Amino acid sequence: MKCRTCREPAVIELPRHNANFCAEHFLQLCRRQVAKAVHDHSMFSEDDRILVAVSGGKDSLAVWDLLVELGYKADGLYIALGIGDYSEESRGYAERFAAERGLVLKVVSLREDYGYDVPTASKATGRVPCSACGMSKRHIFDKAAVDGGYDVVVTGHNLDDEAAVLFGNALRWDVEYLARQLPVLPARHGFPRKVKPLIRLTEREMAAWCVIRGIDYIIEECPMAAGNRHLGYKEALNALEEKSPGTKASYYLGFLDRMAPLLADIAAVGADSVRPCARCGAATGVSDDHAVDGEIVCAFCRLVERSSAHAPVSVDLIRKKSRAERRATVEVESR
Amino acid sequence: MRVILRNPRREIEIDGRRRVHALLSELDLAREAHLVIRNGVLVPGDAELDRDDVIEIRPVISGGA
Repeated sequence: MKCRTCREPAVIELPRHNANFCAEHFLQLCRRQVAKAVHDHSMFSEDDRILVAVSGGKDSLAVWDLLVELGYKADGLYIALGIGDYSEESRGYAERFAAERGLVLKVVSLREDYGYDVPTASKATGRVPCSACGMSKRHIFDKAAVDGGYDVVVTGHNLDDEAAVLFGNALRWDVEYLARQLPVLPARHGFPRKVKPLIRLTEREMAAWCVIRGIDYIIEECPMAAGNRHLGYKEALNALEEKSPGTKASYYLGFLDRMAPLLADIAAVGADSVRPCARCGAATGVSDDHAVDGEIVCAFCRLVERSSAHAPVSVDLIRKKSRAERRATVEVESR
Repeated sequence: MRVILRNPRREIEIDGRRRVHALLSELDLAREAHLVIRNGVLVPGDAELDRDDVIEIRPVISGGA
């Protein structure tokens, strides 16, 4: 295989572009795709202060690397979620990435700063782990951005992530979620602007970016996420992609071009229906409101209250085995 | 060749030479969900893998919504 641009040996084939690329021109393609997403959706400017939500995985480290390469000022925030060895290892990758490049990485610990961790929150609240984790991360990233004077929070959601969420929302015809599934959530009510610069790049492309750039990241899957519905949607979409390359991009980017504008009125409904949480002061949607002793308390503060009062729960009590783990077990047992 | 698989990490031995896409197919692994790295360097689907190569097949799909 030859690079489409220079005819030197390729390192990766991209069927959705009907092309192969050498390392140099693959990296150039990624930079251009991010620059296009940032420009087309007016995500931020070179004057904005950016906070990158960093997990230690490929997507968050790649987007941080890409933004710095493109000349943006970006710091990182890592949240120690307390998911056993997985969290310890992922934190190490995030810290080494930042230290090697002289970048600023801030760290918040759920256990040390809020008195709980994700497995315990899942057990204490009855939420699936990804739900407790997502709520915690959203609140803490919002707070850190506001407290730190950042203009925008960047997340590493890529094309596969967005296509899978869109697929799930469409399967349920969850029109309100569909209406809000945009690459930019504007700042409002004390929440920072949130943007997704990787929406034009796939997970495979982001992993390749890291391999070529020499970025070490945590490869192991989060033990809490194994077997979740989101992964099933990704597998289904990848099966379609293999038969018809470009399916994921046309599905999600086509949604943004042609469907999202039709849902704009629905997205606007409820945008102003928020009140401040009596405990943390963060704006909370009316649908999330819940009276505690006559006060409006946001969902995050309620989660903290219940989780921090619960005895710590180990990861193994919550996790499910992934399909790959089950298959590996069968491989070993059959030998 | 020695083939390293991840999630969970494990190793298997494959006899003989293979092209990358043939190896993925043999292991029932989707191309869109994996990268193949030979001796530390990313390789495309038509690359021929030799008996002495150390191959990492790296899954790229991560969970969490």
